[in-house]
Amino acid sequence: MTAPYDPELNGNGGFFKRFWAMTVKEFIQMTRDRVTLATMIMIPVMQLLLFGFAINTTPHDLPTAVLMRENSDVGRSILAALKNTDFFEVQSVITRSEDMDSLLKSGRALFVVEIPEGFERAVRRGETPALLVAADATDPVASSSALGALSGIVTSALANDRQIEFSEPSKPAFSIVQHRRYNPAGSSTLNIVPGLLGTILTMTLLIFTALSVTREMERGTMENLLSMPIRPLEIMFGKITPYVLIGLIQALIIISAGILVFRVPILGDLPSLALATALFVIANLSIGYTFSTLATNQLQAIQMAMMFFLPNILLSGFMFPFAGMPGWAQWIGEALPLTHYIRIVRAIMLKGADIATLAYDTGVLAGLMMLAMLIAVRRFRRTLD
Amino acid sequence: MSTVPATDKAPETVIDVHHLTKSFGGRKVVDDVSMSVKKGRIHGFLGPNGSGKTTTIRMLCGLLTPDSGDGTCLGFDILTESDRIRRRVGYMTQKFSLYQDLSIRENLEFVARVYGLSDARGKAKAAIERLGLKGREKQLAGELSGGWKQRLALGACILPEPALLLLDEPTAGVDPQARRDFWNEIHALAADGLSVLVSTHYMDEAERCHEIAYIAYGKLLVQGTVDEVIEGTGLVTWTVSGPDVHHLQAELSKQPGIDMIAPFGLSLHVAGHDESALEQAIAPYRDRSGFKWEKGEATLEDAFIDLMGRSEDNFR
Repeated sequence: MTAPYDPELNGNGGFFKRFWAMTVKEFIQMTRDRVTLATMIMIPVMQLLLFGFAINTTPHDLPTAVLMRENSDVGRSILAALKNTDFFEVQSVITRSEDMDSLLKSGRALFVVEIPEGFERAVRRGETPALLVAADATDPVASSSALGALSGIVTSALANDRQIEFSEPSKPAFSIVQHRRYNPAGSSTLNIVPGLLGTILTMTLLIFTALSVTREMERGTMENLLSMPIRPLEIMFGKITPYVLIGLIQALIIISAGILVFRVPILGDLPSLALATALFVIANLSIGYTFSTLATNQLQAIQMAMMFFLPNILLSGFMFPFAGMPGWAQWIGEALPLTHYIRIVRAIMLKGADIATLAYDTGVLAGLMMLAMLIAVRRFRRTLD
Repeated sequence: MSTVPATDKAPETVIDVHHLTKSFGGRKVVDDVSMSVKKGRIHGFLGPNGSGKTTTIRMLCGLLTPDSGDGTCLGFDILTESDRIRRRVGYMTQKFSLYQDLSIRENLEFVARVYGLSDARGKAKAAIERLGLKGREKQLAGELSGGWKQRLALGACILPEPALLLLDEPTAGVDPQARRDFWNEIHALAADGLSVLVSTHYMDEAERCHEIAYIAYGKLLVQGTVDEVIEGTGLVTWTVSGPDVHHLQAELSKQPGIDMIAPFGLSLHVAGHDESALEQAIAPYRDRSGFKWEKGEATLEDAFIDLMGRSEDNFR
């Protein structure tokens, strides 16, 4: 039922009185549930410490074997080079190819570098012979980044050997040349902290509001609320507002921990970050609230929130590179608030951007928020029909 | 906005609805109900469980949209002006529906704020004193006993000074003393000009109403004062007392002319619609030793049992 314009309800600042009534009520209810309140504060800290330390996509000390088909200077210098990096841990040097298969199959080695017979002679003749590398690619993230590193290591080792003939070959005179902008150390924590900020906020905020309307339905208080002269917009704002505060507190905790524990820099300005975070918090709360108006009980609401949460993690560019996804998945990703928030946060924190240069992502975030609110207000049933 | 502004319509009839019908899942829960409630009157709404009382009340305050039918509540159209009705109606739900995790004071302040009352804290404080809950205002509503919950719910209902109270079985599960207090309060409010529609199962409560309406299987069967309702059934009642009225009941129930027999303690109420047929039917038993026959007035309960019996017949 659409309520016609009623001057009696709109005059005298009635909107703000009712909105404020709802906000105060929700705030008291929130503080009364001590366990949930404590969880709200603890979740971000725990998740950040847990994932910040655990997730590291740059592997090191990968168990490696070297298959030496010839005993040459070049072979030895490659071996020494491998031993000198953190990426690989050369555990055995073998001479038979049967050993290679068993090492890989059993998992005792993730990499086997094979130096074929006549390799040194071919190199000296400039024939660019093949260096064989067998990698266990069951963990593609680990193997691909190590493979990338390997070619660099070997190239340097060979160049070194060819230029300075007859000199000491094992001298560590090479370096792995990598150019990683914005994250020069290649540290995945720098990437993960902004991602975790968005993920933790999404998960907790969605559920707060997803339960808000259905809880009133299940407790039977909705009948009383609906019989009062309060309108859907006022109820929605009143239910969202207290959690905006909670969301901002969570964000503050995560960002502080990111700076203190993980040394994540904030190159951009704080007002931009705060503004984007507030927008993201409200967008998620609105979406959760929308689920709450669609669901008929709390279990349904939680399931809807989870169904929405999963693509947020998987398709937002948090877990997998956004550019690597097929077009349709990117389209879905574009419709998720987390995708845009992660872009904004990475840009502000790591690249020093401000909100003005991120107009597209900010605009989409605001658009998603408005859409969710529109659906929620239209879907909110003012009657028990 | 502390008082409800007087409307220029100023209706003498506060509830005036016609042919209200509501179905759930293809079943007509309320079927063609028309009723009117006058200002300052306490209108009792009676009927067995599931007869459509709650649904009717919900349609009056805008919580349910009727499938068909129309009417006004406090002069406002129930279909299009439900916001104005909400502002002026206090609805007390059957189940306690204030916030159990809010304190007494917080619940009352919430209600005062939602209705846009100025000085919500002061109004809530006054209500607490009026309810006799001073000193307990910080207690959570969920921790109150049934009787106190009911008092608090009524207090919250009348806080915004409504013109009409809709009370859905307000005294269910409440002890007799609390019920008596509750009804004294209702009468005091009605004396001040508040109109009340109250649904109940209790006969003594029905008799305390100015007017009653009886609904069964979604149909409004009768409406009027208690005397009018009893008269309207046209029942002639005899009361018989004596030993072993149970056996007598079994014998009498086979007699034509007797429409209703109901045991009341050690006596039986024997009633019929046709006076001469009834007297003919009981004649053979009147001289039986040990039994005392008295011609009496039909009670409201007799009337309702008769109404219920007749409406069941209609639905068989």
